[in-house]
Amino acid sequence: MTIMDCRPFLAVGVSFLAAVLISFSRRYPNVRESWSVIASFIKFGLIISMVPGVLAGVTYEWTLFQITDTIGFTLRADSAGILFACLAALLWIPINFYSIGYMRCNNEHEQTGYFAAFAICMSSVMGIAMASNLLTFFFFYELLTIASYPLVLHKRNEEALLASRKYLIYTLISGQLFLAGLVAVYCISGTMDFKAGGFLTTDMAPTWQLQLIFLIMILAGSVKAAVMPLHGWLPAAMIAPTPVSALLHAVAVVKTGVFAVLRIIGFVFGPKLLADIGTADILAWFAAGSIIISSLIAIQQDNLKRRLAFSTIGQLSYIVLGAALLSPLSIKGAYLHLVAHAVMKITLFMCAGVIIVRTHRSNISEMYGIGKKMPITMCCFTIASLGIAGMPFLVGFISKWNLALGALQSGKPLYVAVLIASAMLALTYLMPVCQMAYFKRDPQEQFRTYGEISYRMLLPICFTTILALVLGVMPEISPNFYAMASQAADSICQGWTGGGW
Amino acid sequence: MGALNEFLQTKGIYTLVMILFFLGVYGMVLSKNYMKKLMAMNVMQVAVIFFYLCLAQKEGGMIPIFDPNVPDAASYINPLPHCLMLTAIVVSLGTTGVAIALLMRIKEVYGSVEEVEVIRRASK
Amino acid sequence: MIQHCPVLIVLLPLTAALLCLLFSKFNKNLGSWLVIGSIAGSLACSLQVLHQTLTSGEAIHYWMGNWEPPLGIEFVIDPLSAVMAVLITFISLMVAVYSKPFMRKEDWLHIGGYYTLYGLLTVGLCGMVITGDMFNLYVYLEVMSLSGYGLIAMGGKKSMLAAFRYMLIGTIGASLYLISVAYLYAMTGTLNMADLGERIMPYLSSPPFALAVACLFIGFGIKMALFPLHGWQPDAYNFAHPGSAAFIAGVMSKVPAYAIIRFFFYIFGVNNPIISTALTVLGILGIGGVLIGSIMALAQYDFRRMLAYSSVAQIGYIAIGLAIGNMYGFIGAVLHIINHAFMKSALFLVIGGIQYRFGEINLYRLGGLNKKMTLSTITVTLAALSMVGIPPTAGFFSKWYLMLGAYQGGQYFYIVILVISSLLNAVYFFRILEQMFVQHEASLTEINRHEGKLGLPPEMAIPILCAGIGILVLGFYSVDIVDDILKSGLPEVFLR
Repeated sequence: MTIMDCRPFLAVGVSFLAAVLISFSRRYPNVRESWSVIASFIKFGLIISMVPGVLAGVTYEWTLFQITDTIGFTLRADSAGILFACLAALLWIPINFYSIGYMRCNNEHEQTGYFAAFAICMSSVMGIAMASNLLTFFFFYELLTIASYPLVLHKRNEEALLASRKYLIYTLISGQLFLAGLVAVYCISGTMDFKAGGFLTTDMAPTWQLQLIFLIMILAGSVKAAVMPLHGWLPAAMIAPTPVSALLHAVAVVKTGVFAVLRIIGFVFGPKLLADIGTADILAWFAAGSIIISSLIAIQQDNLKRRLAFSTIGQLSYIVLGAALLSPLSIKGAYLHLVAHAVMKITLFMCAGVIIVRTHRSNISEMYGIGKKMPITMCCFTIASLGIAGMPFLVGFISKWNLALGALQSGKPLYVAVLIASAMLALTYLMPVCQMAYFKRDPQEQFRTYGEISYRMLLPICFTTILALVLGVMPEISPNFYAMASQAADSICQGWTGGGW
Repeated sequence: MGALNEFLQTKGIYTLVMILFFLGVYGMVLSKNYMKKLMAMNVMQVAVIFFYLCLAQKEGGMIPIFDPNVPDAASYINPLPHCLMLTAIVVSLGTTGVAIALLMRIKEVYGSVEEVEVIRRASK
Repeated sequence: MIQHCPVLIVLLPLTAALLCLLFSKFNKNLGSWLVIGSIAGSLACSLQVLHQTLTSGEAIHYWMGNWEPPLGIEFVIDPLSAVMAVLITFISLMVAVYSKPFMRKEDWLHIGGYYTLYGLLTVGLCGMVITGDMFNLYVYLEVMSLSGYGLIAMGGKKSMLAAFRYMLIGTIGASLYLISVAYLYAMTGTLNMADLGERIMPYLSSPPFALAVACLFIGFGIKMALFPLHGWQPDAYNFAHPGSAAFIAGVMSKVPAYAIIRFFFYIFGVNNPIISTALTVLGILGIGGVLIGSIMALAQYDFRRMLAYSSVAQIGYIAIGLAIGNMYGFIGAVLHIINHAFMKSALFLVIGGIQYRFGEINLYRLGGLNKKMTLSTITVTLAALSMVGIPPTAGFFSKWYLMLGAYQGGQYFYIVILVISSLLNAVYFFRILEQMFVQHEASLTEINRHEGKLGLPPEMAIPILCAGIGILVLGFYSVDIVDDILKSGLPEVFLR
């Protein structure tokens, strides 16, 4: 059932409005930041108000205007979209408080521009989540590229300049490829509306053409999802302030890439068609490869943020792998991991940010005994690390379980081995940080009295850690991410069982 | 010889016009002096005007002033190209005027209308 | 009165331009206001005509002195030409107001002369768009060119040289067009375009027709700065009077492109071997223009020269759109004419503003401009995004239609070119944005100090704002432009 409802647009618009208000209240930091906070609450409220309806099978849809004669600028809240929107809106709230603390503690410059760009990024993420057709999707996809560019450039020094150029090169190329792909899709099918289970069929175009279109579009999505070897921009973009790394480069931007892959596989091509033309396997190989390789690279990184970045690359490839396996459980696992990884990685990044603000140390080899001085931070860090590795009763477990089952379901048990190996590797690269923090003593005894950071930055970390715990134990707690993911996977697969066992 | 005669009778004038036109273009491209370039441009424009006038001619046609004794339109030459060329002449006059004004200013500023010299001084 | 609107589009600025010097003699500013007012009147007439042709759904024919065509000269206004007229007069009005502050210190002769030439340029461009007579088109082409040479020559010392060179090349172009008219006239005995379209039918594969098309092609190719005939353009744009550069760069090379559209798509029709060959050549040259123009633009450090080369590339887009030869390609090309006129004008308006205030055009010396001229940098950002083709700015939509056309026509190669060129565009436009927003403040000397929020006198700031908003509006309303206007004015070739 479809209901005309403008709430999706309100959810997008509220942070646009916030961005405008933020730029006008340059002189009053408190007012400026309260706009951001208010917008985040309103946004979350709007999204959460749609969740029960969506779970009951309703989709909310609204067309603002026509982009071309047949394609509208339409947002639609379906189960997959609302899952991502809800996740991003939920995590924007803690990150907002964290940002305020981080920016003030560090006395950063250009704070107005920072908050405004952040708000626009959130708008585009909402738009990407709820876009009902490829062109609307592309609109927000490009908007996100443009809006996140100043955030990467935030430091305004030579290094940031180079990183932001690299970022732009990757993302703009991905955007143009995406455009080429969607032109092709439009020409062969005459429509762009996402349809669960895909709207392309084999009789629309020759197989080679479908394969080519799929590869081009997936290539575009993979750049933002940082699937190796297209990951180069992500470690470089870690130059951005930590809240940006936390929300955008662990949740929003990279997840839009992953989400694009999921949309393309689930809503444009559909698992059945892809199983016929058989190109999804290539994607699965690359994803599996980058899961292992990125973990290996992560072990070598000494800079904490870079290590987390490579961990992100690996974890994102889980989701891509889940989508590429084309079975109901793996797709469900992919959606769940979208949520799980976001919650865990945002915690890790926020902890890293706190360490940087407090001790001005970003290398792991310098973090002697931080755990004793900053117990809460490091406790949260440890919990999130265990979650990344897939400990039961933490949020990462359920998703990985589903992914592994999905691999079996589609008859490709080798990928289970990849998942297990990667979990081991995750422990290998994250546990040394905890070990360093808890069990090593500073040989030079240069401890300053660090202590914990202000509550503005600490509370958000605790919030996401608790979220990770709660979602691990009770995945069906409201907002019911688990049900949303199953519903999305069911709607995509429509009885398709993955072709395996 | 018959073939040549026929060619000259039917197409000779057009060949001459074409040669004139390309002479103009040649001069514009190759001469090193801006004034000469301008003159070559005029040659080219005149060639186009000739071309129109040749088109208007026909054998046995009389000048296009209406004579009540000759009511048949076919026995006059076509007056329209002549009218068009009056306009074109005015246009080419205007072009030449603008060009000469520009050249005078160039001479004033750079002290020369030789291309090499002007470019040397302009790039300084 | 209403039925005379078509002719008033041309007549108003013409009269004003001729009277301008006289009025300027009495009062320095009177002449300029007269021209500006007349262009505003002309804009109103264009809008009225556009409205009329859209509501009636038929082309408006205006017979000069009530002489019936094909004997008399007629103005034919269909939706396409009406849109072009509105575009020209709107940008003309914007730039006319904009160039006033440049004239503040000049004497009456300069002001009067400038606005006379400016008015005549508007006359020429509008006339070219709405005329229905081939020779009349030539006259307006020359009116446009001559006043264009004058305006370019007003830019300073080096501009004389640029203007003279442009004049030599431009005259070759105009002469070639004249020769083409001669051939067409010799074949059909008519100068009226509609009449020509019918009478040319038997000759569509004859050698003289091929020659006529070739001459027409090269003639307008020179005028629209189609690669490799673009040699005059960088100098001309670079040294043109900073006040009028926006108009010259935005519109002057688009109208010849429109003339090619008019001849190829409406009069000759694209379904014959000669025209399709010509279109193929156009496409190849377009590709060359897109690539070479973009690469050359990368190599420039002078802002205006960079934009001039970028224009070569953008003309290449239009050429590609026409070469694709189906409905979407055509729509893309026409839409790009409109969009690019706005984008390029916006950029030249801003660079004129920077020149007015700081006398600086080196794009590596624009650091920290976002603090000094906030409004202008916003407009540059919008225009740059539009050039790259980021939605929802206007530039995206023309590229979208071009790509659709290329895909439907099976000419996948063009898609590759479009993608590559967008990326090259991104490189050289983000270079500027990076300069303006990130780099340390360059030590710029204020020639015309201007405090206040806008950073420029209001006469300049408002057109800049209009152009910036225009880019967004054209983007958001592109579906209306395409559906209601362009599709109702499609050439018959696509309707069958």
